Amino acid sequence: MHALLGENGAGKSTLMNVLYGLHQPDEGEILLRGEPIHIGSPREAIGMRIGMVHQHFMLIPVMSVAENVVLASEPRKGALLDRDGAEARVRELSERFGLVVNPRALVEDIGVGQQQRVEILRVLHRGADILILDEPTAVLTAQEIAELFKVLRALTAEGVSVIFISHKLREVLEIADRVTVLRRGRKIDTVSANGATEASLAKLMVGRDVLFRVEKQATEPGAPILEVEDLEVEDDRGLLALRGLSLQVRAGEIVGIAGVDGNGQSELVEAITGLRVPLAGHVRVGGRDITGAGVRDALAAGVGHIAEDRQRRGLVLDFTLAENLALREYRRPPLSRFGLLSPKRMDAQARPLLEQYDVRGGQPATLGSSLSGGNQQKVVIARELAEDPQVTIAAQPTRGLDVGAIEFVHKQLLEQREEGRGVLLVSLELEEIRSLADRVLVIYEGRIVAELPPDASDEELGVAMLGGKVRAA
Amino acid sequence: MSTPALGGGGEGPGTLTVASRLSGYLRGGGVFVPIITALFAFIVGGVVVLAAGANPIDTYKAIFDGSGLNWLFPWVTGDDRSLAALNLQQTLILTTPLILTGLAVAFAFRAGLFNIGGQGQYLVGTMASVYIGSSLGGTPAFLHIVLAIAAGCAAGAVWAGIVGVLKATTGANEVISTIMLNWTALYVGTYLFGLGGPLQTSDPTQQSIPVSNDVLQSARLPVFWGDPELQGLHIGIFIALAVTALFWVLLNRSVTGYEVRAVGFNPDAAEYGGINAGRNYVKVMVICGVFAGLAGALDVLGWQFRVATNDIQVTQVGYFGIAVALLGRNTAFGTALAALLFGALINGTSVRNLDPTIFEPELATNLTFIIQGLIVLFVSAPVLVTMLSRGRLFRRRKPMPKPEVLSGG
Repeated sequence: MHALLGENGAGKSTLMNVLYGLHQPDEGEILLRGEPIHIGSPREAIGMRIGMVHQHFMLIPVMSVAENVVLASEPRKGALLDRDGAEARVRELSERFGLVVNPRALVEDIGVGQQQRVEILRVLHRGADILILDEPTAVLTAQEIAELFKVLRALTAEGVSVIFISHKLREVLEIADRVTVLRRGRKIDTVSANGATEASLAKLMVGRDVLFRVEKQATEPGAPILEVEDLEVEDDRGLLALRGLSLQVRAGEIVGIAGVDGNGQSELVEAITGLRVPLAGHVRVGGRDITGAGVRDALAAGVGHIAEDRQRRGLVLDFTLAENLALREYRRPPLSRFGLLSPKRMDAQARPLLEQYDVRGGQPATLGSSLSGGNQQKVVIARELAEDPQVTIAAQPTRGLDVGAIEFVHKQLLEQREEGRGVLLVSLELEEIRSLADRVLVIYEGRIVAELPPDASDEELGVAMLGGKVRAA
Repeated sequence: MSTPALGGGGEGPGTLTVASRLSGYLRGGGVFVPIITALFAFIVGGVVVLAAGANPIDTYKAIFDGSGLNWLFPWVTGDDRSLAALNLQQTLILTTPLILTGLAVAFAFRAGLFNIGGQGQYLVGTMASVYIGSSLGGTPAFLHIVLAIAAGCAAGAVWAGIVGVLKATTGANEVISTIMLNWTALYVGTYLFGLGGPLQTSDPTQQSIPVSNDVLQSARLPVFWGDPELQGLHIGIFIALAVTALFWVLLNRSVTGYEVRAVGFNPDAAEYGGINAGRNYVKVMVICGVFAGLAGALDVLGWQFRVATNDIQVTQVGYFGIAVALLGRNTAFGTALAALLFGALINGTSVRNLDPTIFEPELATNLTFIIQGLIVLFVSAPVLVTMLSRGRLFRRRKPMPKPEVLSGG
């Protein structure tokens, strides 16, 4: 099992697309089983027993698992699909590799982890013995990741070679035999996973030492800045997502919200930032009641928002960076007067921000979509922090970012704290919450069920996240 | 359980806005892609001409001359030149409303809306303008023109505003509601000006004709090129060009335009910036309606001077606006140029202008529709465009490795 490690934009996916025949190399050659080959298309790659599972699945939701697995190389009975044969084939494969799925289930009815298995089965069905997985863990829960790793071990035991693309150090160390690190399109090194550490790999990836433990100065939290009181909020389906949630963020502290995804985190963030109108309860910032007042009033009261999904919410990808940086204040002078925008002033505002926040490859006229994920996030953070918010709501601020960018984001949040502002950090990464937060609040089914110190044990946190049964027992 | 990952990380086809679906075309290749797109349409149209047994090159030459664009060539002199001038005036008269109905589609596109309703908005514009223009006798000329134009714009704005309100409040798909309102406008007009209709002409000698009262002299737009008696070119073309410039400023330099584009590209991010998408839809549709309604007003006050029910039923000005906007990449000046192309094509293929010995004008009118359809097809089926914008058609492929390399080992 070989892992390919690198920052966003290091060339991992490009390399794999070349191997799978999606891109053609400009120079150089590929050796397969000792022989130079040319892979002109995915079809040829499949013929050479190379299979790829993409980060975003390529399944047909309304078809059954078995139908998806055999797609494009179906067992036939005359002109018709041999459904029983297909199901038998899926059963046989899933038993051999320990990939349990129900061949008759519709793909749209099964979970993401199961869908990934269907993708892997499809590749195996076509006889691949080299399996490329592009960021396979990005969409999975911890539980599903553990199961995936079990499957991958079974596959390697059966003689399948696995290439595993990731930028998560811990996973790579756990699963891979050898690790190749890429940086800016070059191979930096290939090392054995034995004896490598997160720190040593991170150094190879970024090219310098990376601080994993963030240095936190001791601060004394001041008066409450953000007060949330008995908040009740519905989700998009009209179900109660927050059931009387209360919390406080004080000046100079970072409060972490830990919890399993889907326990009301998104609704909490949207209610505070004015994107969602609560049914009941109050949101106050610096004593000012902004409950249900809308985005502009929340911003005016001092609420910054690093959105959970920078591509969907945080940025308009087809806008230039100058336009994106203006998203919060385009209505006000100096950016606009009498309803007319000033591109010159938007440009003048953007330039120093892009420099200060080290947005690489970003000019004011660059389109948002042409930046890497890390640099996109820097643009979002630059815009939000430029508003000088009293309290910053950071929702999954480092999701999908590489170590260098994560370090940058963390540093920015800690700076807010040191300047006596508040930060509400909502994250699914326990490690992140632990290292940044001064207090950890555990959210479960729309309520805060526990407040723990950041050095609470995994077990304590884990139990609280599953409903706080530790107290009942 | 829902499976958002299947479509490719929340960017599945179901969640694409019209704007993002067309963004490849809108972004790719500057002026190059539209020109190639039009060229392809003309080539395929030429094949159709060939199949009909005529010479495509002669046909296109005749259409070009029929459009009057040969007036631009200094070597066209004498009688040819005065004929060309006459033809060019007609082409520009047809171009004027096409610019505006094109802008009505383009503006909506930039906000992520597909306004198929230019036709209906145009029709109600003609109706309101002809009503005001044919009544209010004794009003000073300038004021009368302004009032009649304002009535056309207001009618278009209301007609389109209905669509925006429906979309904002109930989520009704604007494509469906605009199409419905096109038919509604058509039948409202047929009723109003039809035989015995409330706005049918009051002229006792014309009671058997389903037509409106004539626009009074005081509300007619001045003609600045050619003979007013021979349907010379009225000043509407300048109004249309001024609106084109206004469109550019509105979209690219105004707070409203910023909001329109933000919602068009990404409604979620726009909401995050404090923009109310629903209110924005209403605003956008009203502006589109003003453009299309103005087109109707200029036609009525500039050269038609009356609304007849059979005109209401056969006119295509609003529908042509879709192809105009698409070919013009929804930009201000692209739309104006595309409008000129279609104006020339329509006029050049008209029965009056095309020599039947070269190509039957009755067939040629269909040629215009064929070219229009092909352009819409090429623009909405992104294959050609994608290949063009990547330069695949013109760049040579990388040489494939020689077979010896493959077999050698």
